[in-house]
Amino acid sequence: MRRKKYNRFWYDLAYFIKEGLSGIRLHGLMSFAAVTVITACLLIISTFALVAYNIDLLIDGLASQNEIAVFVDESYTREQAQALQEAFSQIENVESVTFIPKEQAFDNYLEEIGEDAYIMEDLREDNPLRDEYRIVMKDVSKHDETVESLKKVSGVASTNSEKELSDRLVKMKNIVNAVSYTLVAMLGGVSVFIISNTVRLAMFARREEISIMKMVGATNGFIRAPFVVEGVTLGLLAGGCAFFGEWLIYDYITEKLVEGSGLFSMVAFSEVWTMLLPLMLVVAVIIGVLGSVMTIRKFLKV
Amino acid sequence: MIELQDVCKIYDGSTRALNGISLKIEDGEFAFVVGPSGSGKSTLIKLLAGELRPTDGKVLINGFDIGKIKNKDIPYLRRTIGVVYQDFRLIDNKTVYENVAFVMRAVGAPPRIIKKRVPYVLELVGLKNKTRRLPNQISGGEKQRVAIARALVNNPDVIIADEPTGNLDPARSVELMSLLEKINGLGTTVLVVTHERELVNKLAKRVIAIEHGTVISDRTGGYYLDEKEKIQQILV
Repeated sequence: MRRKKYNRFWYDLAYFIKEGLSGIRLHGLMSFAAVTVITACLLIISTFALVAYNIDLLIDGLASQNEIAVFVDESYTREQAQALQEAFSQIENVESVTFIPKEQAFDNYLEEIGEDAYIMEDLREDNPLRDEYRIVMKDVSKHDETVESLKKVSGVASTNSEKELSDRLVKMKNIVNAVSYTLVAMLGGVSVFIISNTVRLAMFARREEISIMKMVGATNGFIRAPFVVEGVTLGLLAGGCAFFGEWLIYDYITEKLVEGSGLFSMVAFSEVWTMLLPLMLVVAVIIGVLGSVMTIRKFLKV
Repeated sequence: MIELQDVCKIYDGSTRALNGISLKIEDGEFAFVVGPSGSGKSTLIKLLAGELRPTDGKVLINGFDIGKIKNKDIPYLRRTIGVVYQDFRLIDNKTVYENVAFVMRAVGAPPRIIKKRVPYVLELVGLKNKTRRLPNQISGGEKQRVAIARALVNNPDVIIADEPTGNLDPARSVELMSLLEKINGLGTTVLVVTHERELVNKLAKRVIAIEHGTVISDRTGGYYLDEKEKIQQILV
């Protein structure tokens, strides 16, 4: 009979996994509590990350809009208003200029409103809108200079572009980012602490075994590995739970809140999960390793 | 080989546990280290096992210099030493077999070798028929035999037994010493730390007596005096 080849790596790995999992089983309740709390932490972190990501995409989308709406002063007659086209065309960075009379602007507006448009129909005679121009820029990055030049043309009442909205969103994103980083630091710390305590329990239960292992010459790496497996497994379990939890929450928010109200759109979960899952698992592994290694270092000092 | 050259160990800057000890134990020797509590015996064992470093002097064991050894090399030093303690230090939820096999596993021995070596060692210490018992199902003497089997299983060059008979009755103590002699006969250096005078004198081996951190006598023949005898000898 052929003898099975001995492979130290797989043999040790199987041992570490077996011992690591037995630690989790031994302190089932503590492990469950750890996974639950870390799941909650990861859920909060990932929700903020996804909000920031969506705002980012929105900002990118808005910032890439190269159109500026220029509203003509009400005191200008139609002829005077149309005469402005020449002035706009001469401004640097202007690609094209389209005049939209206020009647057409009103029609466009009614079209946007859709089935409730009849309510506004009475206003047609006393149209509150202004004649406007749609200016397309050659280079979006020169947006601010272009708006300045447009505003200098006499007869321009105001301008509006998506870029201005995007600037406001950037400010909002910065706040979301600041909150996210703070949460990552705080909740990450909490998670590491919880893993560290769970592993501490497992190590305490096996302190005799550890001291014997040290006595007979087991390396620190060999002693440490099952506990790292335990910490990483707890982290991964929490990462997996948080991922599916996030899936449910995100889908709910996308379908019920955002699309129902029609305020703005969010990226579908199917488009973000490939990014979210590895990210969550990596964070979970880091939390697991940090939590266990921190505890083990104290125990191994002999 | 174990060699100590003018070894001092001072704790917390003032407590002097060892005070210029020098001794040499050759490969294959059987020696007792005797002395009253607080004489420095435990410090000596801790130095040899790499748990402490000397404050001064040189501690050499199996080719390792304890004063200079790197932390990462300490496990490899310990693989050359088997330590037996008074309180056995067995793992309660592991069987006799597992208690011994586990230390081979801990140093990365292949399963094939473990399956061969553990039964051999258990037979050597006379526990062939109790491999499946848990520590709480065997006697004190048997527990100490398991501890010896465990110390022996990784084939160390030196066995250090720290008060191995401290928890055993006289009959079991004699049995245990015979076992250590048997192991010594197979070529392993044996160093027994004890203060059981009768046992030491019975075996007639080399006896190194320590007091106040220094060697006060080192002679072969197993002559270990108690306080009363010492006074008588001085008077004579």
